[in-house]
Amino acid sequence: MLAVKGLKKTFGTNTVLKSIDMQVDKGKVIAILGPSGSGKTTLLRCLNALEIPDEGIVGFEDHQVDFSQEVKQQELIKLRRKSGMVFQSYNLFPHRTVLENVMEGPIQVQKRDKQTVRAEAIELLNKVGLKDKKDLYPYQLSGGQQQRVGIARALAIKPELMLFDEPTSALDPELIGEVLRVMRDLASEGWTMVVVTHEIKFAQEIADEVIFIDGGFIVEQGPPADVLTHPKEERTQRFLHRILNPIE
Amino acid sequence: MLTSNMVFGGIVIPWELLQQSFWPILIEGIKVTIPLTLISFFFGIIIALITALVRISNIKPLRWIFSVYVSAIRGTPLLVQLFIIFYLLPELNIMIDPYPTAIIAFSLNVGAYASEIFRASILSVPKGQWEAGFTIGMTYRKTLFRVILPQALRVSVPPLSNSFIGLVKETSLASQILVTELFRKSQQIGATNLDQIVYIYILAAFIYWIICFVLSLAQHQLERRLDRYTAR
Repeated sequence: MLAVKGLKKTFGTNTVLKSIDMQVDKGKVIAILGPSGSGKTTLLRCLNALEIPDEGIVGFEDHQVDFSQEVKQQELIKLRRKSGMVFQSYNLFPHRTVLENVMEGPIQVQKRDKQTVRAEAIELLNKVGLKDKKDLYPYQLSGGQQQRVGIARALAIKPELMLFDEPTSALDPELIGEVLRVMRDLASEGWTMVVVTHEIKFAQEIADEVIFIDGGFIVEQGPPADVLTHPKEERTQRFLHRILNPIE
Repeated sequence: MLTSNMVFGGIVIPWELLQQSFWPILIEGIKVTIPLTLISFFFGIIIALITALVRISNIKPLRWIFSVYVSAIRGTPLLVQLFIIFYLLPELNIMIDPYPTAIIAFSLNVGAYASEIFRASILSVPKGQWEAGFTIGMTYRKTLFRVILPQALRVSVPPLSNSFIGLVKETSLASQILVTELFRKSQQIGATNLDQIVYIYILAAFIYWIICFVLSLAQHQLERRLDRYTAR
């Protein structure tokens, strides 16, 4: 469904992505792991052109963008509309209610019928367990609730692909579960997902494939049973050891 | 009712004159000063918003022109700007009354100052809000108008109210280009009562104060209403 080839990204003199190739098949969940500063968030943000890669191809079946050439704004917008994104810091619209947040994309961008969109939005909020909060403003919700609204808002535009940028990293530990459970439900419904995360257990249980990135390269990739349980590369082993034994 | 002059030590307060002058001065305030403020502020805000949007955009030559405009207005005295426009328009064969001349000058002045308020408040909206707009498929313009500006305008209300109240008082400068507003009316009354002129000016100050006091109450009301989605 999505193929990435030769992706490169430099910030100033700092080359964050050196050459990334990856493939995302329909209905699969890909977890991207890696130490801080490894380029995993940048990689995710290149997939929907929030960052513009210096080189490389991001290609959906019916829409390919080659960043080695000048890319028109229209092309970027078209690429961006393929995916929904969930942010680490939720980024809900503070001046709109929960329901308005979810309805904003379908109504303002897709110009769909308001009554239909409203019914769908309420259904999505029901799915993430927040139907009764629909008329509240984001500041009235906990972090976990805000993030679940963020997921509903991203789903509302009916994207082909869902991108998650460390969706639980800003949450209190007891609120992480409610967000991960929603993501697990999405995975079992067959959504195609790319998830940047530090939740090893989540990756182990939900992901079809794990990509371990360090220093702007993909160091290791494969099914979680291989990469997480029996990592071949020394760098992956060290990273996992550090995450699983933080105070050692 | 006080009908005669009161004496404190050596000071004689001319109550009768003050009572006679109160209404004529207040009426010029209501008829001229307040509309002059409102109209100038209205056009000023429009100029300011356009200026701010151009200056955060990437339209190079326009950005440069608007930056020069803001710099020139902020770098020169309002009184000098008033005089320049007052004498420049006839040179250009544009014959208009002092009152619209003052509106042009004040609008341009407010436009420059308030554009900096708008620019700062737009830049104060977190980058993540732009990205959230982009990721639900919005264009730059749509994100600006649906996501960023509503939040930025909320932030800009207190400093804008400040500018507005400032403008009420700055309109007194229009007296210098022959607009008969609150202050010029006081000058005229003072001119025929030179011995008591200081009391006429104190009365004028008092009326400005009342107007600004009422406006600052309105400002608090507005801010309270706009607070409904923020629990900062």
